[in-house]
Amino acid sequence: MTSEHRPGSNLPFFVAFSLLGGSYVVLILAMLAADIFKTSPIHFWNALSSPEIRYSIRLSLISCSITAILALWVAVPLGYLLSRTEFIGRTLVDTVLDIPIVIPPLVVGLSLLILFQTSPGQFIQKFVPITFAIPSVILAQFAVSTAFAVRTMRVTFDQIPVRTEQVALTLGCNRSQAFWRVTFPQARRGLLTAGTLAWARSLGEFGPILIFSGATRMKTEVLPTTVFLELSIGKLEAALAVSLLMVVAAVIVLVIARAFGLRGAGLI
Amino acid sequence: MIELDDLCIRQGAFALENLSFQVPSGAYSVLMGKTGCGKTSVLECVAGLRTPVSGRIRLHGHDVTDLAPGARGLGYVPQDGALFRTMRVRDQLAFALVIRHWPVRQIDERVKELAGWLGLEALLDRFTHGLSGGEAQRIALGRALAFHPRALLLDEPLSSLDEDTRGELTSLLKQLHARENLTVLHVTHSRSEAERLGDVIFRLENGKISEKGP
Repeated sequence: MTSEHRPGSNLPFFVAFSLLGGSYVVLILAMLAADIFKTSPIHFWNALSSPEIRYSIRLSLISCSITAILALWVAVPLGYLLSRTEFIGRTLVDTVLDIPIVIPPLVVGLSLLILFQTSPGQFIQKFVPITFAIPSVILAQFAVSTAFAVRTMRVTFDQIPVRTEQVALTLGCNRSQAFWRVTFPQARRGLLTAGTLAWARSLGEFGPILIFSGATRMKTEVLPTTVFLELSIGKLEAALAVSLLMVVAAVIVLVIARAFGLRGAGLI
Repeated sequence: MIELDDLCIRQGAFALENLSFQVPSGAYSVLMGKTGCGKTSVLECVAGLRTPVSGRIRLHGHDVTDLAPGARGLGYVPQDGALFRTMRVRDQLAFALVIRHWPVRQIDERVKELAGWLGLEALLDRFTHGLSGGEAQRIALGRALAFHPRALLLDEPLSSLDEDTRGELTSLLKQLHARENLTVLHVTHSRSEAERLGDVIFRLENGKISEKGP
């Protein structure tokens, strides 16, 4: 027997993995390329000139921004509590938070619609019209995208050493001071990440909005609704132009998120 | 004086029962024992970061068992320093004083004094990223000492340092102890560290505390 051993080339390993993994990247790029070649600048111009599409762009940008802010309001405290504290029903809360992620978005919309048909829902609607109005768009986006923001904030707080907060407590802080002075400043990147993910997720939300808000032009029409409506009347080019606008917006958001270290945190 | 009276600590299957010992005022005491024997749990109980199942903790005669960590007036230095990543060294040293609403001029004076003792003058405007292990521990020490704590708790502060830095920090700890007349409880697994620093040495073994003397 000899101790000599040649491990062999690493090339087949990397070639096999690159081919398998690369096939998915090629599929995404091929879909985008097909969209781009099927449309032209004139289609973009026509789409942007349409008052209905301009309205849907405006409503999408405003509703997604409001949703992202509302999602962070919930995600920061909930993510922190799930990361740092033990309480009765924690596993249940954790499971409940997965529901909007795993159930079909249409079901979220249907559930919201039914919720606002109940007595408490009807009572609220006496003061603020929600169903088939603009608040329903924001609520439908919020119902789905907040779950992603909470997950992101929880991972962010998990990655911040609890020891720094404990040291702050020994230095004279109460829990609130320790959170705002020591933990929260360390969570800034995660906050931006959670906000951008909630924004991007809201931008693509269609199912719950269709059910809960309807698809009324110049009223509850957001960009995915526009794609649906343009397709339903046979305007494929306009639908493609709006789709590509959404792709550009999503790419911008993802670039921002990556630039702020989301990739390093393993979140996307 | 730090006094532990019949302290019981439980975490899952791990338990320490009926621990009692006293650290005399002004003494540099070392609690030593093997890794995983519960030294850090004892220190965390004294600091208020862990709640004991039963027993009392007294500090200079006052029962602090039910007090929040910040109300105990103890300086605490964890093993890795646990520096605040988003703050400059100056702000770390001033942290406890800002929380206590000290006047700005007094905070500046105390920060300068600590930086002088600990050799941190050149680092005051730096963030913690890229600091050496020795520098990080000196900052953590300064941060814990800033508000004139009634006692100092050190959790293996030298274990992650190279030999030269460990020697420097050992001398520094001796000087600070003498200068501030501090009561210190220092946790370590190193016998040589315990013998170099301790006026009183306690050994935690099989859930029992025994006093070994210096």
